Amino acid sequence: MSNIGSYEQRVTDFSWDIAKEVLNWKDDELLNIGHMCSDRICDRGDGEKTALIWEGFGDKKAKYTFNDLRVLSNGFAAKLQELGLEPGDRICIFMDKIPSLYFSFIGVLKMGGVAQPLFSAFGDDSLEVRLASAGTKAILTTQKHVKKVRKIIDNLPELKHVIVVEGNPDKMRDGETFFDVEAAEKVEEFECYKTNADSPSVLHYTSGTTGQPKGAQHAHNTVFGQILTSSWVLDLQDKDIYWCTADPGWVTGTSYGIIGPWALGITQCVLDSGFTSLRWYKFMQDNKVTVWYSAPTAIRSLMRDGNELIEQHDLSSLRHLCSVGEPLNAEAVVWSEEAFGKPFLDTFWQTETGSMMVTNYPGMKVKPGSMGKPFPGIIAAVLDLKTMEPLTEPGQVGLLAFRPGWPAMFREYRNQHDVYRSKFIGAADDATPDECRLNQDLWYTSGDRASIDNDGYYWFVGRDDDVINTGGHLVGPFEIESALIEHEAIAEAAVVGKPDEVNMEVVKAFVTLNKGIEPDDMLELNIMNFIRKSLSPLAMPQEIEYMDKLPKTRSGKILRRYLRALEWGEDVGDLSTLENDD
Amino acid sequence: MSEMHEDVLEYVIDEYVDEDDDIEVEFDTALISSGIVDSFSMVSLKVFLEKKYSISLPDSEATPEAFDTVNSICELVAKFQD
Repeated sequence: MSNIGSYEQRVTDFSWDIAKEVLNWKDDELLNIGHMCSDRICDRGDGEKTALIWEGFGDKKAKYTFNDLRVLSNGFAAKLQELGLEPGDRICIFMDKIPSLYFSFIGVLKMGGVAQPLFSAFGDDSLEVRLASAGTKAILTTQKHVKKVRKIIDNLPELKHVIVVEGNPDKMRDGETFFDVEAAEKVEEFECYKTNADSPSVLHYTSGTTGQPKGAQHAHNTVFGQILTSSWVLDLQDKDIYWCTADPGWVTGTSYGIIGPWALGITQCVLDSGFTSLRWYKFMQDNKVTVWYSAPTAIRSLMRDGNELIEQHDLSSLRHLCSVGEPLNAEAVVWSEEAFGKPFLDTFWQTETGSMMVTNYPGMKVKPGSMGKPFPGIIAAVLDLKTMEPLTEPGQVGLLAFRPGWPAMFREYRNQHDVYRSKFIGAADDATPDECRLNQDLWYTSGDRASIDNDGYYWFVGRDDDVINTGGHLVGPFEIESALIEHEAIAEAAVVGKPDEVNMEVVKAFVTLNKGIEPDDMLELNIMNFIRKSLSPLAMPQEIEYMDKLPKTRSGKILRRYLRALEWGEDVGDLSTLENDD
Repeated sequence: MSEMHEDVLEYVIDEYVDEDDDIEVEFDTALISSGIVDSFSMVSLKVFLEKKYSISLPDSEATPEAFDTVNSICELVAKFQD
């Protein structure tokens, strides 16, 4: 029997208080996610239950109980306090998926800090932009990644502490702190900071069409959205061995790779190793994974590698599969039924929403390729692109939107209230973030286009802006274009997404070269590596096209939509504003 | 080892490994499954091989397994040089 039972019945009877019932929560308890994921699980008698099964490069393996998680996160919390960090300080976690990432995330929350996880493959430019925007006070990293911090630290006056949690202590430089929590003295007791529902918890950066990435600030109250969706959609149950493949540098990796499952006391697996089909299947077989939450890019790669590898492994423990990050194509759903005997259930949500919004459910009929239906309690609609009123006819395409007010909703874009307000249709010009978030007459717009069919299933159509979804990660064209023109050969650049069988979209750059520079065999490679190192592998153009000039409007604005339409074989639309030589 | 092995190894070390990484990369060191080269960055490695050896590697052959060591990369390149 699934946790959700009947979807229709849950919609009828819904209240967010059910999340508290699932947790057996008392209103006078301490609402601190760090406490809830560790101390609270121990307090209920599950201290010796396995919290984390970890495997890394070179077949390294480790296991930690909830009591280990409690003590080791105490260690981080105490160390941060000792260094003088205070509640509300932004503390960046910049490391691979090593155990200390998970312990430090919980530790930061316990001492009242704001956890700011960043994808460890970010280059120094991407890192600097995000640390500067957040006014980050401390960064927890490893010897492998500290060199990127060293390159930029002089530009970050607010960054006071660099704490290296793994590596060789003899290689630290002046001003850096080395702290190996597992080697340090154990901290059995730590008094968690008394956060409340509105205290800031996690800060994730997300990309938009214009400007630099925006910091979506969440609060401790998000946990109630995350645990109920973990229970009803991921169907997590006490004996499950759960594997979320996402990196906590992105929101899936924290909402469903840390908070939701651990607040429920579920055993999680983490594989900190590069992707190969063989390695993944072996990991699931060895650890008897029961619930698997992954991404379409990985699923399509597995599909491409064929079923022979699956047949060589015992994957009979798998009982439930879900997917997130980008729309899961119908072929992948059908394949998973064939290959694993069960379909991947697609789930839709965003960094900003903090928890799942439109999804498929255990026991509900799956329409392959559909996003599913709104989570109980979520009021969703597809809005007319001109009037911004809900569309009523099935099949009409519009902007996917939600009535505000769910628990995991983000509280602000850090220092960008105007941008936050612009996400809400109907918000007053002077509305504060809280006035937007709590006004159920407004519509929060997702930036995605969708339609609804006769049976109430939602179907993703595409982005409503220029943001590129590559391998389930949103990449902003502006950030890449800004970096490209830093390359000595490039005069101007425009970046769009181009279709890709595995990653849905990949980055394609159109560039004009500075006078006197001719493209040669190695220039494309040089530009690719330049972006890979300064921003990240995700932002690296997978193709570069040289142009004599970029298409622009008469006012000089580069027409990305024209280039994108050409890549996708779509109608290029109204070109009356296109600049020409006449 | 062939000149190709030496050239590919040198490129991998230059582009993907920093001096203070404490990683020794050899011809049979796992690149993809060890995380030295991530799956997105495989594209730039593929472009390097195509330009350096004047070949075209189909996406279906440029798999993480085929790119996992310098040895397997060289085997793949040799196949398309024939």
